[in-house]
Order: sequence, then C-alpha cells, then structure tokens
Amino acid sequence: MSKVLMKGNEAIGAAAIQAGCKYFFGYPITPQSELPEYMARELPKVGGVFLQAESEIAAINMVYGAAGAGARVMTSSSSPGISLKQEGISYLAGAELPCLIVNIMRGGPGLGSIQPSQTDYFQATRGGGNGDYRLVVYAPANIQEMVDLIIEGFDVADQYRNPVMILGDGMIGQMMEPVEFKPPKKRDLPEKDWATTGTGGKRKPNIINSLYIAPEDLEAHNIKLQAKYKKIKENEVKVESYNIEDADVVISAYGTTARIAKTAIAKLEKEGYKVGLIRPITLWPYPYDEFKKINPSCKGVLTVEMNTGQMVDDVKIAVEGKFPVHFYGRTGGMVPTPEAIIENVKKICGGEI
Amino acid sequence: MTIVFERTKGLTDVETHYCPGCTHGIIHRLVGEAMVELGVLEKAIGVAPVGCSVFAYNYFNCDMHEAAHGRAPAVATGIKRVHPDKFVFTYQGDGDLASIGTAEIVHAAHRGEKISTIFVNNAIYGMTGGQMAPTTLVGQKATTAPGGRSEEHSGRPIRMSEMLATIHGAKFVERVAVNTPANIRKAKKAIIECFKVQLEGKGFGIVEVLSTCPTNWGMTAPEAMKWLEDNMIPYYPLGNFRRPEEAE
Amino acid sequence: MAKGKVTFKEDICKGCELCTTVCPVKIITMDRSKINAKGYNPATVTDMDKCIGCANCATICPDVVITVERFK
Repeated sequence: MSKVLMKGNEAIGAAAIQAGCKYFFGYPITPQSELPEYMARELPKVGGVFLQAESEIAAINMVYGAAGAGARVMTSSSSPGISLKQEGISYLAGAELPCLIVNIMRGGPGLGSIQPSQTDYFQATRGGGNGDYRLVVYAPANIQEMVDLIIEGFDVADQYRNPVMILGDGMIGQMMEPVEFKPPKKRDLPEKDWATTGTGGKRKPNIINSLYIAPEDLEAHNIKLQAKYKKIKENEVKVESYNIEDADVVISAYGTTARIAKTAIAKLEKEGYKVGLIRPITLWPYPYDEFKKINPSCKGVLTVEMNTGQMVDDVKIAVEGKFPVHFYGRTGGMVPTPEAIIENVKKICGGEI
Repeated sequence: MTIVFERTKGLTDVETHYCPGCTHGIIHRLVGEAMVELGVLEKAIGVAPVGCSVFAYNYFNCDMHEAAHGRAPAVATGIKRVHPDKFVFTYQGDGDLASIGTAEIVHAAHRGEKISTIFVNNAIYGMTGGQMAPTTLVGQKATTAPGGRSEEHSGRPIRMSEMLATIHGAKFVERVAVNTPANIRKAKKAIIECFKVQLEGKGFGIVEVLSTCPTNWGMTAPEAMKWLEDNMIPYYPLGNFRRPEEAE
Repeated sequence: MAKGKVTFKEDICKGCELCTTVCPVKIITMDRSKINAKGYNPATVTDMDKCIGCANCATICPDVVITVERFK
C-alpha cells in the first residue's frame, strides 16, 4: 500500500477505521477536534456511527455501553476532557471492556492551555480513576507509529479485555507525515461471548458489571485483574533504545520529546559525546528492564519531558539507584530545545550536575 | 382451574434484596411482564443504575449492564447504537435520574434515542440511607434535611416528566403510581405503551413511577402507600404528558 | 364455593402486609404463630372458600410471593 500524507489527528481516525472500529463517541475539545470531525465524515461511509455526546462523561459511558455490547469502539479527548472521562475509564477497566481512548494532551492543571504538553503521564499510568487498575498506554513519537499502535491497540484491547490509551501530545496531533496502513501481527482474539447482544433465548443473561459487593468476591476480581496485568507486562512492553550499552549519558524521553532528544544526540555525537536513548513506547507496561542494559559506567540518565517531572519517577524505579537521574523539562506549552538538552548532557558529562 | 397470576419469566428466580414493602419489586415485575407480553425478553438489554436498584441486573432475566451513577441513558445509547434492532431500557431512581444524571436523561430524550426508561421516584435517596433527593417534597424530612426540605434553601422538588415532555425527542412521557392494585394495572399499561414506542422506532419513552420507601420514610408499607397518595400524587400529578402523535 | 385460590410461597414473604390491605374479602392476615426462613411473619389466608381470585394481593406483592388461580 502506498503512503499518504496525513495530519496526525486524521490519521488516528483512518487507522481506527482500518482496524474495524465502527463507533466513535466524543465531545469537542482543542487540540483534537479534527479527529471527531474526521469520524463524523468517514464512519457513516463504512456503516459505523459517530455520535457527539453531551459531555465527555456521557461519551465515555456510551463507549462503556457499546464496548459491553461487543463493538469495536473508541473515544478521544484532550487533558481536561480526559479528566472527565476517568469515571467511565475506571468502570471500563473494572468490567474488563476493550476500547481505545485517545488523549491528545494539552497543558494543565485546570483549563491550562491548548498548547502541547505531556502533563498527563501520571493520570495515564497511575490510574486517574478510582481503583487498582491499569490501562495499556502507548506514546507514539511519529504518525506512522501512532497508526501502527492504534491498529494493534484494538487487538490488544480485545485480547486482554482492557481499555487501551494512546497518549499523544498536541504536536503529534497537528503535524503532517506520510503514513501507510499495514495489518498488525496476527493475534488469537477470543470470542466476545460475554457481550450483551440479547440472549436470543439460547443462553443465560450476560451481565456487564464492576460491582462486587462481597469483599471476598471483589478481592478475587482484583487478583484476576492483577494476573491479567502481569501477562500484559510480560508480553506487551515496547521500547526503542539506542546505543545504551556504550553511553556516557542516557536520555530517556517519549513521544515527540524523544524526537527532539534524537536531534540533540546527533549533534552531541558529532562533538564526540557518547549519548544513548531509551524511548518507552508503552508507558504502561513500562520498560523497566531496558534500563538494566545501560553501560555500568554511565554517568547519569537525563529524563526529558514536557512537564515538571513525571516519567522521571519511573526512570528512578528502573535504574534502582545505580545511576544519578536528572530531569529537564519545559511546561505550559513550552517545548524543550535540542540546545537545552545538549547543555544538560554536557553538564552531566562534566560532573557539573 | 386457570392460573391467572404467577411469577413472570421476565424475572430471574433470584430473591430481591429490597426492604419489606419496597415497591421496586412491583415495578420490576411489571417491567418483566411487559417484556414477556411484548415478546422482547430475548432481545432485551437493560441498564441498571446506582441506588437501591443497583442489583437490578440480577433480577431481570435478560442481558444487563450496570452503569455508573446517572449514566444509564448514555450507556443505553452506546448499546442501542450498536444494536438498533434490540430492545434497550434503563431502570433508574430519582437520585440517579433527576440529580446526578440530569444531563444524560435530558440529552437521551433530546436525541430521540430509541430507548425506554423506567424512572422510579420515591422522593428520597434509599441506598445511602435517606438523604434528600431533588424530588423530596417541601417539608419532607430527610437525613440531610433534618428539619424537612426548605424551599428557600433547596428549592421545590423537580418534576422530571413535565420537563422531559417539553423535549421534542421524548415521544412518550407518563407518570403512574403503584400504590393500589388499580394504579399498578395502569402503570403496566403505560410501561407496555412506552416500550411499544421504542419497538416502533418512534423515539425516546419514559414512565415515571411514584414509589415508596417505607424504611427511609419511617413508616410501615401500608402507611407509605397512603403517604404516597396523600402527599406525592398532589404534587406529582398522574397522567400522560406526551404520546407520539402529540409530539409533532 | 370459592371462585379462586391463592398460594403463598411463605418462605420468600417479607411480611410487609400490603396484600392484607387490598383483599376485598379480607381473608389475608399475617401469621403471628410462624416465623419464616427470612425471619418474618408470613402472610396467610384464613378462609380460602371466600377467595374470589381477583389477584389484588398478587398485584401489590413486591416479592412475587403469590400465585392466583381462578375456577372456571
């Protein structure tokens, strides 16, 4: 299939339709509105339904209904809207329903700004909603990768009966790049025999539920969820790393920030510095093990984010105290520059920080 | 001998958790009977609320979803858009529908969503222990209105049926009560008519059922029925507010 | 001669007494000599011969305790 030039937000929609997603429930919010607009145009052409809900809360609960009814379904929003969706996301996780949720992050807290940010890392990887649950969280760094992850993400959601989140930032939503749509790796997807389709008089009623009033039942349900999360951790970690066995400094960054880090690394290499990169593609499950491969005499790990330091906590967990962990970030819609990253790397090499 | 009344197949064999004399049991039965009589039980998908009827998914003998508080109409929307040929209903209390879920019910009606809603109004939060609801009558005592609801402080109780009947997409709106056998029979007729509006693809339908809460009202079940008649019906008049032919 | 017959599943009765208030021939009473599995005095019929099979009791029973039959 040939490549087509697409804007990030529209590519998300095209990838979802390619993956067989027929239902989209959403609510307008900048900077992701091109996605619902695309779905409003394109979903009816494939026999699907686009519905603009009265709120993000309603939209995610429509997703809960449609997912429970057995459909491939998605929603999208941006940071404050994703906050509103947390109730439904927790119910989806509790009732083990597959769906895809896209967060094109903007600055916070509160109404924040409409500029790109990565300030929802905690919210995405630490729950956000109530209860002991996890989402599979993908952080694509370019549009092709985002398209691939969306197509695979629907399968991952179905395979594990778990919500999947695509965590992008305003930059990846707005940029244009050539993409092609490729089928994902083949997975054995289970029948959705749990879905509410009407009994047809042929089976006992199916119930979609996250309520377990007896403590022993709720504990058992949580143990089952944790066993599932363990399997996801074993099988679904994705990470890109570069030159970490030989590096004097390793940068860790995700999403579009990792692209800026790569620019900085290329410049540093020309000056003779040995700098590696660990780019988590899944933020949950987090690629902790990758950090074990870092050159033992590495002088430090620099985490770069468009926030005031969130993933840096996971980096600290990952390095287990073996290396100093430094942080450089810009926030509020400000974007880190390669020059600022270079300056930080040089300081680490020179023992200044 | 002919059996003229027996347990409907629309309900499972599970005994309900409701307090003695709670009218949820009557309303569940009417919904179950209506689904069987219309022949839709096997294609029915129901949505249970949060509140006393949170376990309704154990009682209706059809596929069920348990929704978050107030969100049942949004959940039902998701289901119905996936399965437009199925029969989809929500069963909600007054805290659920008339307080936290006002946006969801108003907009499901506004879209003319082809679902049916059973709205059980007992003028109190039952499950959480008798707090004031948006439907609690002026002067009626509740644990969060210990001196009785004050109009000055909390406003007058909300009349959902009258409000929803102003929305074009709401094609069937009726208020009934289950305080006497005669009213219970009328309630069943209304539920059947409401369900038919969905089955005929005409739009959104709701039946508001005035109900009792003997436990939190602090009365016996027979006293509660009398209280409903003397206090609720005068403020919440029974009757039909909208039929499809009137909606145009 | 009775026109109808009612059967109570006593074990699931919650003793709410609603059935006793709607019987037009006043034959339903709470059995104070008995406590059922749920811990309530169940409703019972004193004089079945007077039953007219109107089904009022079953109609108002919240727990579907009652089955009603009618003689042809």
